[in-house]
Amino acid sequence: MYKEVVIIFFAICVALSTLVVNSQERVRLGTPITEADLEGFDLIAEPSGTGFPPGGGTARQGKEVYDINCAVCHGADGEGTSGNTIIVGGDMQSEGPPLRTVGSYWPYASTVFDFIRRAMPATAPKSLTNEQAYQVTAYVLFMNEIIGEDTELNADTLIAIEMPNANGFIDRSHIHSN
Amino acid sequence: MPHKIYDKVAGNGLISRRYLLSIGATGIGAVASSTVLGADAGINFEIPSWSRTPGPGASAYGAPSRHTQHFQRTHGAPNATYPGGGSSRSPLQHLQGSITPNSLHFERHHAGIPDIDPSGHHLVINGLVRQPLVFNYEDLLKYEMISRVYFLECAGNSGALLRGGNEDGTAQSLHGLVSCAEWTGIPLSALLDEAGVLPEAKWLAAVGADAASMGRSIPIDKAIDDVIIALFQNGEPVMPGQGFPMRLFVPGWEGNISVKWLTQIKLTREAAQFRDETSKYSDTLHDRSSYQFTFPMGTKSLITSPSGQMSLDRPGIYQVTGVAWSGSGSIRRVEVSADGGQTWADAAIQGLQLDKALTRFTIPWAWDGGSAVLQSRAIDSLGNVQPTRDAILAERGNISTYHNHCIQSWSVNSFGEVSNVYV
Repeated sequence: MYKEVVIIFFAICVALSTLVVNSQERVRLGTPITEADLEGFDLIAEPSGTGFPPGGGTARQGKEVYDINCAVCHGADGEGTSGNTIIVGGDMQSEGPPLRTVGSYWPYASTVFDFIRRAMPATAPKSLTNEQAYQVTAYVLFMNEIIGEDTELNADTLIAIEMPNANGFIDRSHIHSN
Repeated sequence: MPHKIYDKVAGNGLISRRYLLSIGATGIGAVASSTVLGADAGINFEIPSWSRTPGPGASAYGAPSRHTQHFQRTHGAPNATYPGGGSSRSPLQHLQGSITPNSLHFERHHAGIPDIDPSGHHLVINGLVRQPLVFNYEDLLKYEMISRVYFLECAGNSGALLRGGNEDGTAQSLHGLVSCAEWTGIPLSALLDEAGVLPEAKWLAAVGADAASMGRSIPIDKAIDDVIIALFQNGEPVMPGQGFPMRLFVPGWEGNISVKWLTQIKLTREAAQFRDETSKYSDTLHDRSSYQFTFPMGTKSLITSPSGQMSLDRPGIYQVTGVAWSGSGSIRRVEVSADGGQTWADAAIQGLQLDKALTRFTIPWAWDGGSAVLQSRAIDSLGNVQPTRDAILAERGNISTYHNHCIQSWSVNSFGEVSNVYV
């Protein structure tokens, strides 16, 4: 009995050591970096506040940035022309098909900043400074009557904003297969 | 060849799929036996010019015959407010088999196609990991890779059908945002393992290196299950329009989540709530609530021939063929109707019948010269049945048109003209 236990024990040891050797043989060529290395590269600004840069701005400051960089597509007051360019107005409870804009549809204010910083203006994405991105975000939210003209928008105040349609979504992310 | 008595298996001319095998006929088009002798038919049997003169020699990169060069993707006109944005659609009605050629694979871009020098491209893994890492292209090529055949379908494919109209629609214009390829790359789980995912990481955010820095969030369970960092498509490096030097490939899920030009994977507690998973690719319902994160693409099929804007030149036997797919498994069966869904017959599966891959089906049909409505209905390995358009409209309405997998109906009139129809 004792002998059998010893044999089984050694068999398990051999099996484990094979696994260890195998994992060491696997290619592992990633170069270690730090989060600090990714400042300016990692642009992900999450609803939790993670990823927002220092600084801030107001809608009053954002108007000029918007007029210069955004109005050509989105219109002087965010009225746009069609589709993605209309960023102001709309009502999810309207009689006909609802006009879905930043104000009427988007569930998180963090997304407005995240998207402007990574993808806007469409002809020169990532050309705005972080300050300008805060300012334009504030202006878009102000045009949608979500914040005041002089509300200071920064990482803390931005994630505290409750968007009008924040509760309008049904999360289906648990469904991985039909 | 004398006409044989063939088995009618469903209304309006559908024939047992064994029939074609019995006469050994394949290919699109009428296979009705001809009683006209060659000479009487005016066929010229002189040796053709191309058999008398040597052609050009070998070439560096192949191109299709100049006689089929018009089988091309279609795409919209440039839009000044959306530089580089838009899509191109695969010419499904001209393709056969299950694999889409790389040059004809559909595309969807959010800020154009970046011209990426792989030596200057990084793949970063950061966030909730034991050790943030960066990988370069040459090193990634040294990893053990896997190859899988998978379909890819844009969430917006077939959306126009829910709005109505489109009498002149084709398989390409209505459904061309689906394609299928063999994808080769590194299981994402291998790189995540190298970085060491922390237990609190429940999602990852994937970001591309295009001008939009397009981002999507993926639940960690899926990421470590079957997601691939794809470096090759049908054997060659993924083309720029598909994400060169590398793209994420998320099997079975809406195409947008398979982030192209992949440059960052960040492990997070919650979804990042990117614009393309909140404002876009979400579906507003009748009651104005909206589905968010509809990931698996539905069980679906489509007759590609005969299809919109084709015409049948004379009554006779035609091979009805198309493709079926499911984001949740393999295709178990495809049924075809020639009478607008009153009666159905099983089509034959032709070739590959793989998990989350396009599956070619075919069934012979005797067109008698009268009117007909051709439909196909897919059933997948989990028993999911492709729904009718009315069922989708009843469930979700048409405020949003993403994730439409309804049955397509093609009408055939007495002139043999085929067009999109709603039944």
